[in-house]
Amino acid sequence: MDNIAGQKSTLSWAVNISVIALVLLWLFPTVGLLVSSFRTTDQISGSGWWLALFPSEQNLTLRAADPDKNRVRVDGMWVVEGNLFAEGSVAKISAWGTTSRDVGAYVPGETADLGEGETMTVQANGDYVWSGTESQISGRGQRVLATAITPPEFTLANYERVLFSGTGTDSMAKAFFNTMTVTIPATIIPIAFAAFAAYALAWMDFPGRGILIAFIVALLVVPLQLALIPLLKLHLDIGIGKGYLGTWLAHTGFGLPLAIYLLRNYMVGLPRDIIENAKVDGATDFQIFTRIILPLSFPALASFSIFQFLWVWNDLLVAKVFLIDATGETTVMTQQIVELLGTRGGNWEILATAAFVSIAVPLVVFFSMQRYLVRGLLAGSVK
Amino acid sequence: MAELKLTNVGKTYGGKVEVLKGINMDIKTGELIVFVGPSGCGKSTLLRMIAGLEKITVGSLEIDGVVMNDVPPSQRGIAMVFQSYALYPHMTVYDNMAFALKIAKKPKAEIDASVRKAADMLQLTEFLDRLPKALSGGQRQRVAIGRSIVRDPKVYLFDEPLSNLDAALRVATRIQIAELKESMPESTMIYVTHDQVEAMTLADKIVVLADKGIAQMGSPLDLYERPQNEFVAQFIGSPAMNLLPGDITATGASTTINLQHGHEAVAEVQTEPGEKGWHVKVGVRPEDFRIAEEGEHIFFEGKVDYIEALGEVTLLYFRETGADNPIIAKLPGIHPDLRGQTVKLTADAGKVQVFHEGRSLRTR
Repeated sequence: MDNIAGQKSTLSWAVNISVIALVLLWLFPTVGLLVSSFRTTDQISGSGWWLALFPSEQNLTLRAADPDKNRVRVDGMWVVEGNLFAEGSVAKISAWGTTSRDVGAYVPGETADLGEGETMTVQANGDYVWSGTESQISGRGQRVLATAITPPEFTLANYERVLFSGTGTDSMAKAFFNTMTVTIPATIIPIAFAAFAAYALAWMDFPGRGILIAFIVALLVVPLQLALIPLLKLHLDIGIGKGYLGTWLAHTGFGLPLAIYLLRNYMVGLPRDIIENAKVDGATDFQIFTRIILPLSFPALASFSIFQFLWVWNDLLVAKVFLIDATGETTVMTQQIVELLGTRGGNWEILATAAFVSIAVPLVVFFSMQRYLVRGLLAGSVK
Repeated sequence: MAELKLTNVGKTYGGKVEVLKGINMDIKTGELIVFVGPSGCGKSTLLRMIAGLEKITVGSLEIDGVVMNDVPPSQRGIAMVFQSYALYPHMTVYDNMAFALKIAKKPKAEIDASVRKAADMLQLTEFLDRLPKALSGGQRQRVAIGRSIVRDPKVYLFDEPLSNLDAALRVATRIQIAELKESMPESTMIYVTHDQVEAMTLADKIVVLADKGIAQMGSPLDLYERPQNEFVAQFIGSPAMNLLPGDITATGASTTINLQHGHEAVAEVQTEPGEKGWHVKVGVRPEDFRIAEEGEHIFFEGKVDYIEALGEVTLLYFRETGADNPIIAKLPGIHPDLRGQTVKLTADAGKVQVFHEGRSLRTR
C-alpha cells in the first residue's frame, strides 16, 4: 500500500482536518449525553455540560434551620447558628440577600439588618448567625437567596432511577432486556443462514446460481416498508402473532439479502486452490464450509454481525409493527425513549440517562469489534 | 503403484470452446511425467482433469484399469500440489498435513506417525507448530508437498510447484523433488511446468502439449535430439533452434539443401529421390554451430550484429538473414572481438534437422 499514487498528497491536511471534524462531530453530542446523564436537573439548567468539570455559579434558595428547635438565648437575644449547606458541601457564597428583589445585597461576612433589631450574618462557607427577639426568631427559618460557587458534582442517581427504582414509565431495565431478547437472536439467525447460502452461491455449482445471485442483489434495494403489512398479516394468519418469534423472523428476512451479498462476495474472493485442495483431501462441501470457509470468513462474519446488531438494536419500526402490543410488556428501548419524551419531556437528566443506557451496548460492541469491521469491509469489497 | 491410461481425452468448455482433444497417453508405475507447453496450451487443464477438478468432456481416464471419469478427486488415489501452495492459512503446519487424514477419520496415532514421518523427510519437524504465514516460500512449498506425501497417494500431481519461488530456492526445491522421487520409486508423478530446465532434469518422459493436443512425447534427450516437428524443436532448448529455409538439391542417406541465403547445408537425414526440390526448413541448434575451420563445409556466413557474453558461452546474433528471427549461435568461451565481424559457421551433419511442412524428415 506504500506506493499508491497520491499517498503523500498535499491535501493530507484536508484529510486530517476532516477526520478531526468528524471525530468532534461524533464526540460532542455523545460526551454531552454522557456528562448530562450524571448531573442533576439544577446543574443541567444552570450550566452547559461542558462546564460540568468546573465550579459553577448558582443561585440557590436556602433556609436557616427551624428556629423553634434550634434557637438559643444569648445575651437576651434569640440566636440560631448553623450552616446553610448540607454537611460535606464545599460551595462558596459570593453574594447573598434575603429578598428576591435583591439577591446580591450583601457580601459574605456582612450583617444584614432585617429591621427592628433582627440581623443575619452569612459567611462564605455558609455559616450564619441569625438573631432577633423571641417573636422574630420563630416560625419558619429565614430564607437566604445566595449566589454560590459550587464545585463540580456528579451523581449516579439518574442511573439508579432509570435502571432500578424507576416506576413503569421511567424504567429502562425491562426495555433493555427486551431489546437484548430481540437483538441477539435477530443477529445470529441471519448470519447462520447467510453463511450457508453465501458458500453455496460462491462455491457450489448448480443451475440457476447466477440468476439467484442477481435476485438477491435486487432484493437489496427493496424497501422493507413494503413488506410490513403483508408480513404482519401472514404472522397473524399462521398463528405467530405479535411477539419475539415474529420479530426475529422479520429481522432475519430483512437482513438476509445484505448478509448473503456481503458474505458471498467475501467467500468468492478466497483462493480457489485452497478449496480445491480440500476437495482433493477428501472434504465434503459441509466439511469445507465448516473447517475452511467459516474460519477464513471470520472478518466478514464479524463485520456483518456488527451491522446487523446495531441496526436491530436501534430499530423502532420493525419492533413497533411485529412486537409491541397493547400490554407494553414487550416494549423495547427505542420505544421506551419515545414514551419518555412524552412523559418526561422536561427532565433532561432522565432522557440523557435513558439515551445513554440505550447506546452503551452498541458502543461496547463497536469498540470491541471495530478492527474486524474495518478489515472485513475492506476484504469484502476490494478483494 | 499406479498406471494411468488416457484414451482420446478431450475438454470442451460450454460445448463450444475446445481446449484439448485426442489426448492418448500411457503412464507406467514409477514414472515422472512432465507436461510442458506454452501458456494456454491446456497443460494445467489436463492435470486438473486427471485430478478430478475438471470434468472430462470426452474420452476416458483409467487409473490401475479403473475408469475414473466420474470418481470424485479424493477417491482417485491422487494428491495434488498447487502452484500457490494452497495451504490452509488458519491451521498450523501439523494440522495442514493432518487435514486429509482427519477427514478420512484415521486413528490419531496413525495420523501422528505419518505426519511426523513426512515432516522428517522434508525437514519440517521444527516448523510443525507454525502457521503458514510464518514460513518462507520454500518452506510453504515443502509443507504442500508434505501434505500430499502424508496421504500416500498412488499418483502425485504437481501444478507448477516451483514457479512462485525465487531462482535459488527453485533449484534447491527442484533437487529436493528429484530426491523425493528417488526415495519413492513406486509412486507415479505428473508434473506441469513451463520451465524447461525443470522438465529436462526431472522428467522420465516429457509431454509437449501444443495446439490442443500432444506435439510429442518422449524422454528429454529424445525430444532434444529427435524432435518430431518444428514446434517441439523450437520449444525444447534455449535459445530456440534456428530454422533456415531452403530446397533439397540432393537426396539419399544424407541430404543436401540449398539454403535461401546462399550456402549449402548437409544433413544426415534419409530422403527419397522423389523428394528432390522439396521446400524444407533446416534446423540447427545454436549450440551445434561452431566456427568453420579452413576447408570445412560452410553452413552459414554473416556479420555478427550483437553479442551476449554469458561467461561460459557467448551468444552471437545475426539479423540480416531473411529469416523472421535472428540466427543465433552459441559458442563456448568468451569472444569479445567478434561483434561486427563476418563469421563462417558450420555444424555436424548428424545434428542437423530437416523439416518439411512442419514435420521432421529424420523421425518419420
